[in-house]
Amino acid sequence: MSPVTTQRIAVGFMWLLTAITFAVLVFILAFVLVHGLPHVTWTFLTQSPTSMGREGGIFPMILGTFLVAGLAVLVAAPIGVATAVYLSEYTREGRLTSVIRFGADCLAGVPSIIFGLFGFVFFAIALRMGLSVLSGSLTLALMVLPTIIRTSEEAIRAVPNSYREVSLGLGGTRWQTVFYVVLRSALPGISTGIVLSLGRSISETAAVMLTAGSALRLPKSLFDSSRTLALHFYLLSREGISMPNAYATASVLIIVILALNLLAYALMRRFAVKVGH
Amino acid sequence: MMTTTTAIRVQSFTASFDGQPAVKSLDLEILPHERLAIIGPARSGKTTFLRSLNRLNDLSLGFTHSGKILRNGKDIYDADVDVTELRRKVGMVYATPVPLPWSIYDNLAYGLRLAGIRDRAILGERMEAALKYAFLWNEVKDRLRDPANVLSGGQQQRLCIARVLALEPEVLILDEPCSGLDPISTAKIEDALVALKEEHSIVLVTNNTKQAARASDRTAFFLLGALIEVGPTEQMFTRPAQKKTNDYLTGQFG
Repeated sequence: MSPVTTQRIAVGFMWLLTAITFAVLVFILAFVLVHGLPHVTWTFLTQSPTSMGREGGIFPMILGTFLVAGLAVLVAAPIGVATAVYLSEYTREGRLTSVIRFGADCLAGVPSIIFGLFGFVFFAIALRMGLSVLSGSLTLALMVLPTIIRTSEEAIRAVPNSYREVSLGLGGTRWQTVFYVVLRSALPGISTGIVLSLGRSISETAAVMLTAGSALRLPKSLFDSSRTLALHFYLLSREGISMPNAYATASVLIIVILALNLLAYALMRRFAVKVGH
Repeated sequence: MMTTTTAIRVQSFTASFDGQPAVKSLDLEILPHERLAIIGPARSGKTTFLRSLNRLNDLSLGFTHSGKILRNGKDIYDADVDVTELRRKVGMVYATPVPLPWSIYDNLAYGLRLAGIRDRAILGERMEAALKYAFLWNEVKDRLRDPANVLSGGQQQRLCIARVLALEPEVLILDEPCSGLDPISTAKIEDALVALKEEHSIVLVTNNTKQAARASDRTAFFLLGALIEVGPTEQMFTRPAQKKTNDYLTGQFG
């Protein structure tokens, strides 16, 4: 076979694999949206469910999802970024950093149901928070913490060392250098990690079932139980309550996550343009 | 008679990394309003010496020193020295231009803001003066809000010089500032150095002996971490006292 033919076959093969990946994605999205979108109406989005979700809407679930996931990221992001800064800027590589990093990696590999069980035992029972928005969000915060630490650390390490030397050379303290130069340059990478974590929190099911509970009513405080969209979908389909409403819920979930990703891209692009790369 | 006749006095200064000396018991004076060139082959300790002057070596793991570097009669390695203030007064320019990934304006304002200057009028004044000093004002005055990395390499390096000058340093230390630049950009930077020595002392590390001959008043020759010889540039290049200096300048090693 001539090199040109080999090349063509290789490129064609890779193109095919890419197409398959993309097709799977499109197929799943289309399947859910086709079954679900016709049932997504204004009333569906703004009403509370009745008769276990067979009738009515999903407003409490939308609110609950944003509360649980938002609070989780709000708790995890500062801790995660601070840990990443400490690991990459304030310590020499050594036993301590490898222990912390190893711990974060192990944490990332723990199945979410284990986090759920831990959250149930620790937050809900031992700390008496009960099945609540707070228990759920703290559990999710622990779950996404490793992602935020590792993505932030990667982003911080990617900032050229020469930037740090310039900042220090211009009379910056170590903290000023980290804050104004390193974090500012690492922001796109850090925000990617945070948005990924938000997406993961929104779509998590097992961990929130055991910690935030599955109440159908609107949560009035952080100590109320609340059902998230993903869990609502799971219960509607698993219990055979209403497949149309299950697909409609899934559609809303997918659209929310897509919108989040688009927002993240838009933010990153805007940042990149401003910086002028 | 002036109260101080030296900008910086280096006394038997040794700088080591993990116990390996990179600069050995160095004695050298940097005079006010002079351009001192430091030449020497690779691993001669030029850059280590330069980075000792603003304590940038402190960042390196395993760095230790002995001896003194006196600025206004005070050792810059004393415990009570404010390192940020030292680095403002001993401003460094690096071998490759490193504009921070911001606008030209923000690059120039950064050091000033760190020093606590927030007043826009003062920022503007200091920037304009610094840019004029670095012969860059005419090229960028209408586009200060543009990102700094759209400038050419030579312009970026002059921006880096201006960024340091905005802090009104006493000593300007440059580590092979023209190593990546074309001859025209190099000439512009050398011209800037002539104007700058009216107000500053300049230490210029260079691998280009011709540049040392053109753009300095005195030249110091370093070899394997030791100062071999220092003297007026013309004398160094025409009749050096040491054979090693002559060998290096005539290209017999290095």
